Amino acid sequence: MSRADRDAEQDAGQDAEQRAGQDAEGPPAVPRLLEVRDLRVEFRTRDGVTEAVSGVSYGVDAGRTLAVLGESGSGKSVTAQAVMGILDSPPARVTGGRILFRGRDLLRMGEDERRRVRGARMAMIFQDALSALNPVLSVGAQLAEMYEVHQGLSRRAARARAVELMDRVRIPAARERAGDYPHQFSGGMRQRIMIAMALALEPDLIIADEPTTALDVTVQAQVMDLLAELRREYAMGLILITHDLGVVADVADTIAVMYAGRIVETAPVRDLYRRPAHPYTRGLLDSVPRLDGGGRELYAIKGLPPGPADLPPGCPFAPRCPRAQDVCRAERPPLYEVACGDASVRRASACHFWKDELDARDPIAAP
Amino acid sequence: MPATPSPPPEPAAEPGAPVLEVRDLAKVYPLTQGVLVKRQVGAVRAVDGVSFDLRRGETLGVVGESGCGKSTLARLLVTLEQPTAGEIRYRGEDITRLSGRALKAVRRNIQMVFQDPYTSLNPRMTVGDIIGEPFEIHPEVAPKGDRRRKVRELLDVVGLNPEYINRYPHQFSGGQRQRIGIARGLALNPEIIICDEPVSALDVSVQAQVVNLLARLQEEFALSYLFIAHDLSVVRHISDRVAVMYLGRFAETGTGPQIYDHPTHPYTQALLSAVPVPDPDSHRGRERIILAGDVPSPAAPPSGCRFRTRCWKARERCATEVPRLAVPSSFQGADSPAAHPSACHFAEERLPAPSG
Ligand SMILES: Nc1ncnc2c1ncn2[C@@H]1O[C@H](COP(=O)(O)OP(=O)(O)OP(=O)(O)O)[C@@H](O)[C@H]1O
Ligand SMILES: Nc1ncnc2c1ncn2[C@@H]1O[C@H](COP(=O)(O)OP(=O)(O)OP(=O)(O)O)[C@@H](O)[C@H]1O
Ligand code: SF4
Ligand SMILES: [Mg+2]
Ligand SMILES: [Mg+2]
Repeated sequence: MSRADRDAEQDAGQDAEQRAGQDAEGPPAVPRLLEVRDLRVEFRTRDGVTEAVSGVSYGVDAGRTLAVLGESGSGKSVTAQAVMGILDSPPARVTGGRILFRGRDLLRMGEDERRRVRGARMAMIFQDALSALNPVLSVGAQLAEMYEVHQGLSRRAARARAVELMDRVRIPAARERAGDYPHQFSGGMRQRIMIAMALALEPDLIIADEPTTALDVTVQAQVMDLLAELRREYAMGLILITHDLGVVADVADTIAVMYAGRIVETAPVRDLYRRPAHPYTRGLLDSVPRLDGGGRELYAIKGLPPGPADLPPGCPFAPRCPRAQDVCRAERPPLYEVACGDASVRRASACHFWKDELDARDPIAAP
Repeated sequence: MPATPSPPPEPAAEPGAPVLEVRDLAKVYPLTQGVLVKRQVGAVRAVDGVSFDLRRGETLGVVGESGCGKSTLARLLVTLEQPTAGEIRYRGEDITRLSGRALKAVRRNIQMVFQDPYTSLNPRMTVGDIIGEPFEIHPEVAPKGDRRRKVRELLDVVGLNPEYINRYPHQFSGGQRQRIGIARGLALNPEIIICDEPVSALDVSVQAQVVNLLARLQEEFALSYLFIAHDLSVVRHISDRVAVMYLGRFAETGTGPQIYDHPTHPYTQALLSAVPVPDPDSHRGRERIILAGDVPSPAAPPSGCRFRTRCWKARERCATEVPRLAVPSSFQGADSPAAHPSACHFAEERLPAPSG
């Protein structure tokens, strides 16, 4: 059974036991750092109710990186915001599922405790640093504030820590620049300041939502190296939401692919790139433009993603899928466990024909 | 106001003829200090002497470090900002001096797709109003009764459900919002589209659709694009020529094979070496050139070659003499893909092992 299936069916106690048996490398019976189970989020707007996240399950362990890939609008950010407890509600509402942090459900914690966990143990890095930073407060003051509020440090001590932290994320001349305002920094430096803020309280989990989308590749490389290094140093778990399959190949341990509010495939990074087990994943991989050129026409998955309001009854990918059969249009595929010949590799795919996809040598021709 | 009949179409520029000629373009922003009384304490040379031609039906890709002036260049080309110096000739006429009706007519033909899908869309307007807004300024393109239909068509063209016409920007994901911006840029059937990172926020499949869409529209209408992006693979796919920009200037220009397979400027070489490869195994063998330090402030650019503070090849000459963007003398007359404009005193193809 796949992890996701298992999660949906079993409760926490049994689950921990089972993992102890399954997870060869991991420490026995220790709850995962973060485990999202069957999460559902809906939006109530004037147009009606739409479900943006429809039963998402994923998890990450300490010191590991989970990359979340997928269609624009598939619910990657909304899921992350639900984990962080920063959903705009209303209109958003978590209608089901669990968000287990070290085995404890954030959705069922008291208000105070939840705030404490989310404030100190988890942090988020956003795509556009400029709008996430306070424009009228110097970056040093913003960093120091976190120490004053959460650790009760004196203003002076907090300032000193802030400069230390800026040093850590390699802001040159940190002491001199602590008094500068966000707009006085370049895009890459602002992103580093965001990382500094996220790291300030040494969280156990960082969620980075497209942290390098706005950066050029050299700065991107610096930022990703920094994140990887800090992740190792602090044994943080990292959830990285990105569209860049190059970055994912570089830094991720496992991948979750989302489509229309659901996870459609999870796998270790190598296995997924080598042999995808879902036609949507294959389509994504085939759409990546190559640096060495090739023709001008890029492979693109045909058609449009469904809106949350017009989901087909069967597989949400069926209208665009080159493999779709009648069963796909009638029955929603569950997350099947993918047996790929190597028992130590855990994968899952929400495709009735995952086996055919896994065994396909070449990209199948689109109809 | 009665819709004036559109003017007779001007004779179309010859295919391959330049539609845009940019000469020594510069934009300097004053750097001020003080809240109540602003005092100028310096100047940011955001774009500093950029020249190029954009031909009909051609795509010029522009890549470069964050903050090197790409968006500023884009805003100058669509006349959202006045240059400090230089000329932008559209069909032979310098548009930096135009105003009133003449400027309005030019603006219709040079449209822009913006970088930031989060802030470039008015949150209080519906998608229909956002995409249809250009028709308010140019009613000759779509008479009032026809606008909703036009907008639906545009939504369809960029891969959004036409039923979303009454929704607001916040109801869309980042990638969906970017497509709204593209639809808006297409609304007036422009001749030139300046695309400032139009696909950066999109997943690769939608990105491929949009890139193919831009290519299709280009063929159909002989559109010219200036295409700014950080993704060097996408730029290679869509561009006929590529300009690599560093700190307000073009460092190297050439065709895809010239820039990607035979780069001679050290910055281009560093940039290419940093591109993450979408293969979990390949990066192990790859040699990345790690640039020392950060980009210098455009308020205090280095003397001579602007890249010298981070260049592993820099010598004395680099600090004293500004390298011109031209085919390096060592390659002149050579029948080699390396013979293309490169603003480096020591331009060469071979990648020397970088120190540090
Ligand atoms: N405030 C809102 N009101 C209504 N619907 C919303 C709202 N915010 C998000 N949605 C919807 O929720 C869905 C998921 O959005 P989300 O931002 O999570 O997508 P994403 O996977 O992060 O996409 P992208 O890659 O483009 O950032 C989208 O269909 C979006 O339209
Ligand atoms: N209105 C302004 N006033 C002062 N400085 C400005 C202004 N607009 C841009 N700049 C500065 O000009 C330089 C070039 O900025 P620009 O936005 O053109 O860079 P870019 O190449 O588009 O960067 P990115 O890749 O991050 O989008 C930067 O140093 C920026 O801080
Ligand atoms: S279940 Fe059917 S339609 Fe869905 S991805 Fe698999 S083959 Fe395609
Ligand atoms: Mg998102
Ligand atoms: Mg820009």
